[in-house]
Amino acid sequence: MSPRILHIARNTFREAVRDRVLYNLIAFTLLLSGAAILVGQISFDIERLVVINLGLTAVSMFGVVIAIFIGIGLVSKEIEKRTLYTVLSRPVRRWEFIVGKFFGLAGTLVVNTFCMAIGVFGALFYVAHKFTRPDALILVALYFIVLEFLIICSLALLFSSFSSPLLSAVFAFSLFVIGSFADDLRGFAGLTHGFTRWFATGAAYLVPNFSALNVITAVAHEQGPSPQLILQNTLYALFYTAMALSGAVLIFERRNLK
Amino acid sequence: MAAIEILGLEKTYMVGFWRKRPKRALQPLHLTVEEGEIFGFLGPNGAGKTTTLKILMGLVFPTAGTARILGREWTDPEVKAQIGFLPEQPYFYDYLTAHELLDYYGQLSGVPGKDRKHRVDEVLERVGLTDIKGVQLRKFSKGMLQRTGIAQAILHSPKLVFFDEPMSGLDPLGRREVRDLMEQLKHEGKTVFFSTHILSDAEALCDRVAIINKGELRGVGAVEDLTSTVQGKVEVIWQGTQVPSSMRALGAECHVTGDTVRAVLPENQQDAAIDALRRERIRLIAITPLRTSLEAYFVEKLQHSQTTAGKTS
Amino acid sequence: MTARQRTTIIAGACLAVSMTACVFLLRHIDRLRPKATIDDALYISSPTMVKRASLGFNGLMACIYWTRTIQYFGHRHFDRAHSYNELGPLLEITTTLDPQLFPPYQFGASFLAPKPPNGAGEPARTIQLMEYGIAHNPDNWQIYYNLGFVYYTELKDYTRASEVFARGSKVPGAHPFLKILAAQMAEHAGDFATARLLWSATFETSHETNIRQNALEHLRAISVDEAVTNLQAAVTRFGEKVGRLPSSMSELVTAEHLPGIPADPDGNAYQLTPEGRIQLEKPDDFPFVTKGLPPGYKLSGLPKFHTKL
Repeated sequence: MSPRILHIARNTFREAVRDRVLYNLIAFTLLLSGAAILVGQISFDIERLVVINLGLTAVSMFGVVIAIFIGIGLVSKEIEKRTLYTVLSRPVRRWEFIVGKFFGLAGTLVVNTFCMAIGVFGALFYVAHKFTRPDALILVALYFIVLEFLIICSLALLFSSFSSPLLSAVFAFSLFVIGSFADDLRGFAGLTHGFTRWFATGAAYLVPNFSALNVITAVAHEQGPSPQLILQNTLYALFYTAMALSGAVLIFERRNLK
Repeated sequence: MAAIEILGLEKTYMVGFWRKRPKRALQPLHLTVEEGEIFGFLGPNGAGKTTTLKILMGLVFPTAGTARILGREWTDPEVKAQIGFLPEQPYFYDYLTAHELLDYYGQLSGVPGKDRKHRVDEVLERVGLTDIKGVQLRKFSKGMLQRTGIAQAILHSPKLVFFDEPMSGLDPLGRREVRDLMEQLKHEGKTVFFSTHILSDAEALCDRVAIINKGELRGVGAVEDLTSTVQGKVEVIWQGTQVPSSMRALGAECHVTGDTVRAVLPENQQDAAIDALRRERIRLIAITPLRTSLEAYFVEKLQHSQTTAGKTS
Repeated sequence: MTARQRTTIIAGACLAVSMTACVFLLRHIDRLRPKATIDDALYISSPTMVKRASLGFNGLMACIYWTRTIQYFGHRHFDRAHSYNELGPLLEITTTLDPQLFPPYQFGASFLAPKPPNGAGEPARTIQLMEYGIAHNPDNWQIYYNLGFVYYTELKDYTRASEVFARGSKVPGAHPFLKILAAQMAEHAGDFATARLLWSATFETSHETNIRQNALEHLRAISVDEAVTNLQAAVTRFGEKVGRLPSSMSELVTAEHLPGIPADPDGNAYQLTPEGRIQLEKPDDFPFVTKGLPPGYKLSGLPKFHTKL
């Protein structure tokens, strides 16, 4: 891999850090510790359930918001502010720029998720006073959440490569919502007939499938996904990310920077 | 070997939201810049200077044509390691300090790690940016940004530098310094290609200039050659739409724009011209000696293009 | 080839490959988790929880749950599974999210109440669902109809059925047949005509394919049951008159002056066994018949709706 990708990724990460993105961790910590103390007091025998559900949902939500709001600006902001001129007049290929930006944002989210994961386990320990074997399943859920972030990052980047930040945010967020109901969408498609069926099925397979990546409730009930599902979800996320990034590269490669 | 060979680059933008219609930003442009010269690219605002530079930097794709830079195809990424570019009114990652920015750019240009720190300090010193350690670029003034921009363009010791309006945003002292810097670069054997709309800069610095207006090349050549044609001329402007034959007899180049006529003629014919106009009872508006020679040439070229444009439309 | 063209080709190839891979992987993933969406319904089986979690987008969520219900039923039906355990929760969630959504009530009457393998076998739950529906839609006569239908078909509680039909007939704009049904329940509850009237009404008032097919199957079954009953009576009459059983169907036809060899709705002639029983040739094709089955006959699988609509 070209070292330039690494440099661009590192600079993207640095930008996120300097833009105080990691401050969201404070909000996250407040939310989680508040919730932990609260359920610890009420104690309905479901503390564990509440902490895992709330914690993982918050990890996912915070991450999605960060991924979308940074992702949409990654390319368009550089074009708008013309910071891109002095980068692309160097021996940097345009695809390297896109890929580097992606890794920078993905890295930011991984670090952020890692910190949040520590928080979730901390809160869990606070309410349950011990870790049990099924708690390891939380790691799987976190892993799936990171996979979800990869997809959202690549999509935000894709939209950012041709659209304004506001529109990109709308697109990316709609796809996130639609993707969360991807199973149902494929179900809908299956109920239609003829040409509509072709069209709907195509659309249903094209939107990201987040429903298979959401195992928060299952994990809270101590049911883990099968190793096969873990493998296939991993492959799916990687391929989907590759697809969106290729799209971004194809668009950006053709773009005139006015 | 020519540093830059532009072979018929042209650019047509599609403008409008619904009904796209073509707008020519650049007519087919042919231009050669020799190695080791300072080349001025002159034209008023919106003439197509920046478009040309953006095409050469690979930021904008031309509609047709090609170019060679340092003997290679201009799209070749390897070429980019040997050129430096200062965009117009540069703006940088404002969350970085100048040192961090230059270090990052050094990495992207492939400056080896051990040289980098040293190079960064050196170029910052060279553009006159001192005492800025730890200051984020968001706190920089316009002039400081311009200097940073020049620093990043020469950071990796390129053989060829492109400056888009390098003097803008600088105070008189700063302009002086940038001029000196460009001279130095020339002495180091580097080629400098810069665009400007400030003629005195070009006249003082350039070996050769090209004049562009409305996307079309109006003239190119060594500064002395271009200026010799307009040495010691005056500009006479009067009201009306007709050119008396007596004026033509004096060898005046006349152009009608709106309800005024503008004529350029040798200084020694000035009195004869006034007499001729008086005889025709034409209202004289102004007589001005053309101040600097390049300016005269420039104004003439632009005026020419305006009248031709006026006739065609 | 320029660097840019090369990038375009590689990125294009990458796009095509990953897109194909995504579709294949999705199909695999779908196979790995066949009833994944239904699992959600199990985890959060409390309808009020779902309602709260839907953040006010109740209508949309109701539509989503309704399609999930249909899919769930469709899948289970297709797989010939013998239970529909999650049908109840799904219908309850759907109707809690949007009490005005009518199709779930109708669906519940047709598939939640009947005993397995035809349905979930939860008539009590069905009745609760219907009463909930009536409470929220007092002006919808069709829900009264469906409730009465459940009392009639599943619980054979003709008095309650008659009451409900009577209640429904008072709703403004109610279909006149509710009045007729209410009256018929009293004396003619077991009649084929009544059953036929009910199932025809279900068939005509529904747009849902499953429900219509189900009703059609029942109508077919009713006509078989009626024909078999009549033929069996003819055999008895023959025996009383002649003193022995008819030796063949044609003998019975001649004796009874029937217009031709009687056949089931599919056109297959009814069989006459040596013991004098009237039987269907292909009982498997009539999942809901109660008469004309060989002794000790068990339905081989689930009802397959072979009538196409």
